[in-house]
Amino acid sequence: MTSRRIVIQSAALAAGASLVPLAARAQGSPIKVGYVYVSPIGDAGWTFQHDLGRREMEKALGAKVQTRFIESVSEGADAERVIRELAQSGHSVIFGTSFGYMNFMERVAKQFPKVAFVHATGYKRGPNLGTYNARFYEGRYLTGLVAGRMTQSNILGYVAAFPIPEVLQGINAFTMAARSINPKAEVRVVWVNSWYDPGKERDAANTLMAQGADVVTHHTDSTAVVQAAQERGRYAIGYHSDMSKYGAKAHLTAATHHWGAYYIRTINEAIAGTWKPGNLWGGFKEGMVKLAPLNPAVPADVRERIARIEADLTAGKFHPFSGPIVDQDGKERLAAGQTMNDEVLGNMDYYVQGVASRLPKK
Amino acid sequence: MAGLDLASALIAAAIFAGTPLLIVALGELITERSGVLNLGAEGMMALGAIAGFAAAYLSGSASVAVIAGALAGAACASIFGVLAISLLANQVACGLALSIFGVGLAAFVGKPYESLALTAVPAWPVPLLADIPLMGPALFQHPPIVYLSWLLLAGVIYFLHHSRPGLILRAIGESPAVAHQSGYPVIRVRYLATLFGGAMAGVGGAFLSVFYTPLWAEGMVAGRGWIALALVVFATWRPARVLLGAYLFGGMLIAQLFVQGSGVNWDIPSQWLSALPYMTTILVLVMISRRPSLIRLNSPVSLGQPYRPDA
Repeated sequence: MTSRRIVIQSAALAAGASLVPLAARAQGSPIKVGYVYVSPIGDAGWTFQHDLGRREMEKALGAKVQTRFIESVSEGADAERVIRELAQSGHSVIFGTSFGYMNFMERVAKQFPKVAFVHATGYKRGPNLGTYNARFYEGRYLTGLVAGRMTQSNILGYVAAFPIPEVLQGINAFTMAARSINPKAEVRVVWVNSWYDPGKERDAANTLMAQGADVVTHHTDSTAVVQAAQERGRYAIGYHSDMSKYGAKAHLTAATHHWGAYYIRTINEAIAGTWKPGNLWGGFKEGMVKLAPLNPAVPADVRERIARIEADLTAGKFHPFSGPIVDQDGKERLAAGQTMNDEVLGNMDYYVQGVASRLPKK
Repeated sequence: MAGLDLASALIAAAIFAGTPLLIVALGELITERSGVLNLGAEGMMALGAIAGFAAAYLSGSASVAVIAGALAGAACASIFGVLAISLLANQVACGLALSIFGVGLAAFVGKPYESLALTAVPAWPVPLLADIPLMGPALFQHPPIVYLSWLLLAGVIYFLHHSRPGLILRAIGESPAVAHQSGYPVIRVRYLATLFGGAMAGVGGAFLSVFYTPLWAEGMVAGRGWIALALVVFATWRPARVLLGAYLFGGMLIAQLFVQGSGVNWDIPSQWLSALPYMTTILVLVMISRRPSLIRLNSPVSLGQPYRPDA
């Protein structure tokens, strides 16, 4: 199982990367941009948010751009074929939006030095291969405040896909935020070992709710958890997309991702000939992570607190992983007064204090 | 008291999770007992799921949804029948093709329904029985389709082992040539068995999209068709063991989620827990079906072999 969206922040991009002279285009003809998606676009979720960004970019640039996307491309030999086909058919910029495309993008990038390759959530870079990702944990932190405030039972349920750093960052940020507002809150995690299986996600949410969780959230791709909470009359927090239409009463808020501004900027640079392979890990500051509108049931005191922290995140004045950070076993992982650097963050493999479930040792 | 409630909630969830597998596997069992191996369950379930979802959305009725699912599954199976029974194409290849085709077609026709949500079908507690402590809430507070799946099991057992048409079906599965010589319509029976299997796969799919999740999304069947196929084999084509396997699978699925959510400190990797339902089900079914003479007795000898009745 290749898990996508692992974040391993390796050493920063080699300094002084030079401009990539993109393939020449006939004057006035639109720049061709290709997107490779790992799952169907659907109506909510990871790929949906990327496609939202693509459409935003298309709208902003109008006749200057022509986009093409291919959905449900599995993270195997198919991906390489699709990426190469896009490069051969005259696409100047190619976005691959899943972690498992990494090696294929790297290989094709070497064969097409005049095409710009941009890979979401990967860590391999090259003269014409850049990466981008979002600090999902910033959104998670704000949703944790909501969950901590709204719970009556002090048990929060978390349905998660795979124990990789990106997911653990989310769980830990959520837990720390919930306990900052409600020290009695605990988080229970259920791993479903699948990014997408609505039936299993729903069973996991129902099990957590049967065990007393009154706010549930998920790091999986379907809307099943929100719907399960709506049916039981409990609360839920969505992920990737605003999922309120799947459970208006249950949906407290959602941690959402937004790629449109980044896509617009990247394509503008490509048109101007100033594109360089970068390594962007953006959060609230870059507008890549946002909080969906809050449910009317969320009281004013926590709204104020969220607004304050959101402003600090946007201004770069607050980092969710600020010390002291103590893991489940009581071991200090980060001393007071420090903030966690990206490399350490990208290798996270533990639960913080307040997560009731155990993370199995490797 | 809270422990008792939790226990019955767990059993109820296990039964609910096992029900689609039970329905699909019973249908497939009938198909295979006639000697036809249709591996297309995953595709037929996907089509049943979207047909059921669309019908439920447009009509507001769960019964209409189940019927629509059955029709979609049977329609899909009829394609298989023409290819594999009439045209004598390779059954394994046809079944695999049907699987891929069904999943793809369901995704295509299901596009407009992706963003829609259904309200869950309410449970229908069986009068009196639902009030029994522990077992009442566990067994008798489900939507009616769960009770119907038990009737289906009883019907399949009666049909196969206590009725004359069932005997004919089994005879055809054992030796179509002999059955044909004895004057039985091999092709017609195989068609009917295949259509029944398709219809049940469709109902299983509709159960997922209308009762279980309830939502429609591409890929939502998520391999359950393959699990149902495996259940039939590991249950050595015995209906009661299919029930055991389906509920065991559902039970282990819920149990491992429960263990994870309980906060009990066990150092078991979650990947192991996720694999547990598969391992336990196979292990238990292999243990109870391990006598080779019984396996030979129950497995349809002509399974997967095309038959052309020569004049």
